[in-house]
Amino acid sequence: MKNISTAWLHLLNRSRLKPLAPIAGGAIALMLGGILLHVSGANPLQAYGVMFAGAFGGTRQLTETLLKAAPLLLIGLGMTIAFRCRVWNIGAEGQYYIGALCGSAIALTYPALPSLILIPLMLAASIGGGILWSGLAGLLHLYRGVNLIISTLMLNYIGILLVQYAARVPLQQPDGFLPESAQFGDNAQIPTMLGTRLHWGFGLALLLVGAVYLLLWYTPLGFQLRAVGSRLSVAKCVGINTSRSILIALTMSGGLAGLAGILEVSYTYTRLKGDISDSYGFSGILVALLGQLHPVGVLIAAVLFSGLMVGAQSLNVVLQIPASVAQVIQALVVLLVLAGQAIARAKRDDAIPLVAHDG
Amino acid sequence: MPWEQVLTGSFLIALLTAGIRLAVPVLLAVLGEIITERSGVMNLGIEGIMLVGGLAGFVTAQTLEQATGIASLAAWVGLLIGLLTGAAMGLLMAVLTVTLKTDQVVTGVTFVLLGQGLTSYIFRRATGLLGARVTGLQSWAVPGLSTLPVAGDILFNHNAIVYLTVALVVLCWLLLFRTHWGLELRAVGENPAAADTSGLRVQTIRYLAVMVGAALAGLGGAVLTVVQLNIFTEGIMAGRGWIAIALVFFSRWHPGGALVGALLFGIADALQYRIQALGFKALPYEFLLMLPYVLTLVVLVWGSRQSNTPAALGIPYSKGKG
Repeated sequence: MKNISTAWLHLLNRSRLKPLAPIAGGAIALMLGGILLHVSGANPLQAYGVMFAGAFGGTRQLTETLLKAAPLLLIGLGMTIAFRCRVWNIGAEGQYYIGALCGSAIALTYPALPSLILIPLMLAASIGGGILWSGLAGLLHLYRGVNLIISTLMLNYIGILLVQYAARVPLQQPDGFLPESAQFGDNAQIPTMLGTRLHWGFGLALLLVGAVYLLLWYTPLGFQLRAVGSRLSVAKCVGINTSRSILIALTMSGGLAGLAGILEVSYTYTRLKGDISDSYGFSGILVALLGQLHPVGVLIAAVLFSGLMVGAQSLNVVLQIPASVAQVIQALVVLLVLAGQAIARAKRDDAIPLVAHDG
Repeated sequence: MPWEQVLTGSFLIALLTAGIRLAVPVLLAVLGEIITERSGVMNLGIEGIMLVGGLAGFVTAQTLEQATGIASLAAWVGLLIGLLTGAAMGLLMAVLTVTLKTDQVVTGVTFVLLGQGLTSYIFRRATGLLGARVTGLQSWAVPGLSTLPVAGDILFNHNAIVYLTVALVVLCWLLLFRTHWGLELRAVGENPAAADTSGLRVQTIRYLAVMVGAALAGLGGAVLTVVQLNIFTEGIMAGRGWIAIALVFFSRWHPGGALVGALLFGIADALQYRIQALGFKALPYEFLLMLPYVLTLVVLVWGSRQSNTPAALGIPYSKGKG
């Protein structure tokens, strides 16, 4: 597999933000989801009402939605960098797990450190873990020509299984029966900000929206990454080191996924376990795509995806309707947006097949 | 517990027998994906398609078994429905990736999330499915051969699906390398423009390849739920769809390689179940579960330079632009 067409990416490169397709796709997906709800004996309007109230209906609900958006936003931002450089990192799930593992190892090894030192160390370790795990795929790609899609995919499960092993054996709580580590001390839990339940990780993710935007469009490095992503031959001609760009884009997305991992473990789970993700690594890919590979779009998409998930939880509590309906709607939105963009592209007849630098 | 107590003769026979059985659902999906990828399309949605096929097959088998009381009939119809459901998802995948030329990686990942969400929703909504079981298929001892020492137990005392899948490996190999159809399929995957020029209908062949591949994945899912585990639970495929994609690369797009890879997976899987059951500590079962992924990476690291990847894999084809 030398090549994966990314014509949609090409289209997006040309027109910065085209919010119409996701909005139309979202509307149709909600309709299809409504049909699913109706067929399974639920009242779609009532269900959507409950979902909306559960996700955005008050301060507590909104806080929950923003909290759950943080990992999606971080992973989505990373994917934005990677996909802009046309690097197919579908290993965010594994990078998230390894990031969580490295950060947790610090928290469990140095439980007595003061928060001010311990938390930055944990964050750094998690970013390092994500960089390492994605960089491994990058090195295999650059030196041995191993296809990035497949290597990042393989490393997903290897990473998840490593964490399951770590939580069951070496990092397991002493005298514990469950496959999980001891609970982190208060000093290892990421603090909340401004008197809300929102933790500083969310604030950091918000800052990164601006940082990624500046990086991609206002720095030489960002220009290089996008140049490699849009026209490989041109990038080579003007002397851009493509291998280096690929590695940078890949490890940046890996580092952000790793960061998302330790934030979730430190705040939501407060201990390392074998199951610490809501498929964030895969949903994050969809978030990046739905956000049109633009940091602001990714922010909006992450909040909407998270709103669907949080709203679906209250759907489960209030109406006993399974929360997985949220995942169905998410997948439908993305499929519809993909199809819509493809049809628009075919109409304009500007489908120039692009060749990705893979394998 | 020391190794000597674990590695007894009867343990090894039971292990290999279970390994062959566990290899079958994955092998079906791998054979399907080889056909799909040989035509130049990569279907990353296998995990989702297996889940949906597995649920559809299971619901059919369970309903029929309760209605008629004939377990084997119910199982076979369930498998057929699993196959057809897979084909239907393949049709959707082909519309998106072949006709509309959506990105195959993103479309595939989305299919997995769709399959997970849909099966989880239906499973939880239809509370009657919770804990319901089906009988599945009885094993069928091959006359004469099944009484052989050792080999008889390991190879010739399985249910019909196991034998059929082995036959399918041979059939797949014949189809790909010894028939005109196979030649056309591979031509489309290697050089669609040339195939088009010589009069082959590239899009039609890719539609068929994607649908056949997804049908086999759906069947694989149904085999796991209806015949082997006799139950459906959320996420029951446990990554088998991703393993299948890995094994396609491991096999180098060859049915024989698929057989070897799937057997390795099946035996590793059988071993990890037993190690967990025995409480054997020397070899953590997580490392056994990692084995198919690690082996695939190793094969790719050592073999990627002389890879026989279909040259047009992942690239949509448009007339006049190829």
